[in-house]
Amino acid sequence: MENLISIGVRSIFIDNMIFAYFLGMCSYLAVSKKVSTAIGLGAAVIFVLGITIPLNWLVYNYFLKPGAMSWTGIDALANVDLSFIGLIIYISVIAAFVQLTEMAVEKISPALYAALGIFLPLIAVNCSILGGALFMIGRPYNLAEATTFGIGSGIGWFLAVVALAAIREKLKYSNVPAPLRGLGITFIIVGLMSFGFLSFMGFSI
Amino acid sequence: MSTAVEEKKSAPSQPLFGKKERQLLSDPLDSNNPITVQVLGICSALAVTVQMKPALFMALGVTFVTMMSNFLISIMRNAIPGRVRIIVQLAVVSTFVILVDQFLKAFAYDVSKQLSVFVGLIVTNCIVMGRLEAFAMGNKPFPSLIDGIGNGLGYGAILMIVAFMRELFGSGSLFGFKIFDALGINYIGNGVMVIPAGAAIVIGLVIWAQRARNGMVEE
Repeated sequence: MENLISIGVRSIFIDNMIFAYFLGMCSYLAVSKKVSTAIGLGAAVIFVLGITIPLNWLVYNYFLKPGAMSWTGIDALANVDLSFIGLIIYISVIAAFVQLTEMAVEKISPALYAALGIFLPLIAVNCSILGGALFMIGRPYNLAEATTFGIGSGIGWFLAVVALAAIREKLKYSNVPAPLRGLGITFIIVGLMSFGFLSFMGFSI
Repeated sequence: MSTAVEEKKSAPSQPLFGKKERQLLSDPLDSNNPITVQVLGICSALAVTVQMKPALFMALGVTFVTMMSNFLISIMRNAIPGRVRIIVQLAVVSTFVILVDQFLKAFAYDVSKQLSVFVGLIVTNCIVMGRLEAFAMGNKPFPSLIDGIGNGLGYGAILMIVAFMRELFGSGSLFGFKIFDALGINYIGNGVMVIPAGAAIVIGLVIWAQRARNGMVEE
């Protein structure tokens, strides 16, 4: 349990997807103009990361890893190493899950679909989802730890996007040099926010 | 008489590498740059630019993947059903990314280690998907190929500028060559340039310089 809390806190603050690895920047910059849309996409990212990371963990550990298929009991499959096609499998899992969720949400809750709908297809190509899967493969997590890592990373992304949207809403009233307006100043603000998150790095949990 | 001349002029005016192709190649380098104008492919631009060598390999890898997947998707564009096009595109792109990944692992293992997950993340690099959606789905194979090369190079150009500044001021070297030591200057590396935060600020400044020159203003 202590271990899970430590992984959760690490993935939210210390290894923050945005400020430590800059993953998911494209949609991060694109939707951070208004706080309400930022909250919508942030929630969708938490949801998708929280489900696809454990899904990909299962796929990796029971199908792709060297010797993973020994549970089938077939000798020919016992030593197969499929990890080189991992990339195409992970992205298919993510894209298929996103598509399924979209369809399910559309049927079950039209109100949620209206709020979240446009963001879901965007998420399939959000680097933080695939990046989370690749980081998870590189670390010796078990299923519970992988799930915590997924949800934690999602929360970290959510915090970052809502904070930036709040700053950008205020920024409308400030006098920024003309060529720096928009993208330029946003990058510099992301840099400064990243400095703030660096202060978490000294914590050892 | 005049119509005959006109016809003669317009008929063979489809050279393999005409004005349009040249524009496709040069536009993404500056006025329609994928990073600073289209805001695509930011993640890797920030993450792999600590040193010039991995940045160069990354730029070449992305150029290869954009070029080849633009070409292949453009060939198949009339056969792909609209509803499942994202997953078809992802399958094509990830095939080429796996090629690049395996190639780097075989021939440039140290670079492959340095780039870690970011080679795999070319799959979700928005430049690749963005160009497929915006260009390859509606154009012939050859212009798509050129467009892919152009955008890959535009991405690479920004990557190299940022990596140049970060490696020079962050660790006082270029391509691993200690340039300040060679000049006999005692330079202490600036830690800000090495951490991710430095990358965001450098890109912000590059965008500022580019827009001040082009006169482009948002809002």
